[in-house]
Amino acid sequence: MADGAAPVLDVRGLKTVFHTRSGEVHAVNSVSFLLRPGELLGVVGESGSGKSVTMMSLIGLLPSPPADVRAGEVLLGGRDLLKIAPRDLQSVRGAKVGFVFQDPMTSLNPVFNVGNQIMEPLLKHKGMTKAQARDRAVELLELVGIPDAAKRLKSYPHQFSGGMRQRVMIAIALACDPDVLIADEPTTALDVTIQAQILELVKELRAKLGMAIIWITHDLGVIAAIADRVMVMYGGQVVEHAPVKELFANPSHPYTRALLKTIPSIAGEREARLQVIEGQPPILTGEPVSCPFRARCSHAMEVCGRENPLRRALDGRPVGEGHDVACHWSSPEVAHA
Amino acid sequence: MLDATQSTVRPLVEVTGLKMYFPILTGILRRHTGDVKAVDGVSFSIQPGETLGLVGESGCGKSTVGRALLRLYEPTAGKVVIDGEDVASLDAEALRRKRPAMQMVFQDPQASLNPRMTVADIIGEPLIEHANMSEQDRLRRIYELMDQVGLNRSFANRYPYAFSGGQRQRIGIARALALNPRFIVCDEPIAALDVSIQAQVVNLLEDLQDRLGLTYLFISHDLSMVRHIADRVAVMYLGRIAELSPRDALYARPLHPYAEALLSAVNEPDPNRARRQRIILKGDVPSPANPPKGCNFCTRCPKVFDLCRSVKPELAEVEPGRFVACHLYADTKTAAGANRTATEAKS
Repeated sequence: MADGAAPVLDVRGLKTVFHTRSGEVHAVNSVSFLLRPGELLGVVGESGSGKSVTMMSLIGLLPSPPADVRAGEVLLGGRDLLKIAPRDLQSVRGAKVGFVFQDPMTSLNPVFNVGNQIMEPLLKHKGMTKAQARDRAVELLELVGIPDAAKRLKSYPHQFSGGMRQRVMIAIALACDPDVLIADEPTTALDVTIQAQILELVKELRAKLGMAIIWITHDLGVIAAIADRVMVMYGGQVVEHAPVKELFANPSHPYTRALLKTIPSIAGEREARLQVIEGQPPILTGEPVSCPFRARCSHAMEVCGRENPLRRALDGRPVGEGHDVACHWSSPEVAHA
Repeated sequence: MLDATQSTVRPLVEVTGLKMYFPILTGILRRHTGDVKAVDGVSFSIQPGETLGLVGESGCGKSTVGRALLRLYEPTAGKVVIDGEDVASLDAEALRRKRPAMQMVFQDPQASLNPRMTVADIIGEPLIEHANMSEQDRLRRIYELMDQVGLNRSFANRYPYAFSGGQRQRIGIARALALNPRFIVCDEPIAALDVSIQAQVVNLLEDLQDRLGLTYLFISHDLSMVRHIADRVAVMYLGRIAELSPRDALYARPLHPYAEALLSAVNEPDPNRARRQRIILKGDVPSPANPPKGCNFCTRCPKVFDLCRSVKPELAEVEPGRFVACHLYADTKTAAGANRTATEAKS
């Protein structure tokens, strides 16, 4: 978790384009970030902001066509995942990178019992015997807090509640001790009290196993509760990036600021009227040549329409390590600051 | 009646002992072997112009309450008096005539709008059904409604697919408003929307309430949004109301252990603010087909004691305007009068 440690995952200039009948959709546009060992990076954004597509591009989960991962580097343990053969990528997925999806019902196979599903990556990647894999599966279920683990191996997904299913998903993702766990809206489908259980579990597992986690969510409350650093995405781009406390204390991108204001507080001052971000999220067809937020931005200037802002550091640290923002208005050179 | 404290005005909606059981039929003979007790004895009232928030987790019966209130389900037992008439016992024709006064905004604007009807058809349909209007008048009314909810009139002949989620929800709201209802059940109206769009829809609902004097039952699992919009809040758990309190009192100091745990589980979007102690509940919600004996929260309650496992606590006023169904407050119930004077003396 130390600042100087070599990153486990280093993503540079990732671009993903979808070919559609109405033209090219630039779903991910020059996204860069890095992940250090044991760190939890939160990724926030609304639907269509590119957060899930970014993560799926990393490990080749997008069908091509229509998707086309056009540029960038994804360095995991020194290897560029975008350059290796699809077959070799299979040995990365599940082994080095674990994935937890939003909906635990649709991501578990209903016709196999959960024991089989947890043992699958162990048999495939770790070359374990069935007996070894079964022992490990029991261990994993205990790890994620499922009581009576040995018996529950024989249960099918429909016999578990939503929260329990998500625990099973986490057990599968953790089966091969991955370096990186990518969790895509893992608590969105769950109730708040169950969400609280899962967040607590992830905190415990992190402390115990020390893997790095990427946590995708649209819920800033969840981010505030668990993340070390946060990356805010909008229109397929990273618009702001900062350590979590810094982001909430000094949001700099007009989108981040507005987003924080639209959410009513549970404990603070009760607002008479909610702040609103007018308009709709952008449609990402065509080359991104202007700031994606400009149509909804209250600070939009002439330059925002002709130049897509690059990420610029705000606190002297390199982009991607400290607080940086992609905005013409909030960059240090602009006089208002 | 529940709100003895604040009711000099007659409540618009009065629900007494509402029960909604769904039968479990098993075997080839479809024998009735049990019931899913989705709503099991719920009572509350809503004043004219008030917003009552109804919160709880999935499966607690909050949507079923909303639907049974408008008699989209046939309630198993109980009375639902809306504006002086018991909706639960009206015959078909009387119910049809009653419908304009009570409307609903649904959760999923994708599923609740017919994809083959234009916006004008969708908003105009209740007018054809219930209002005797010339075509011209109807079109004028449709335009008026579109203006009210912030939809561009020139979109009247488009189909739902051409609209975003937030705009579709506006269409659903316009349809609900078409017949000048007094009471609207909003069933998770913002749950399917993005954060930045949610605020737009909530503001619209509040504006319409101010302008048209509407009364809302706002069903949601989003506790921060309910705090924003509701005047009073009912917290449901497994088919029953655990606590019903004025908004500020509930959020400042929840009385029922479930309400307390639920509020503590919400993540405040600010890591720099000291948060209340998080209470992590163990286990899952029991099945409403087989609720625990005694208090339905006794399997997960951190403050459970013997009595809870045998006797079901009734919803009772424990402080002025605050109703709690919990044995922890059993003594305060008898001393409610003394309690009231004590609080008054304090304030």
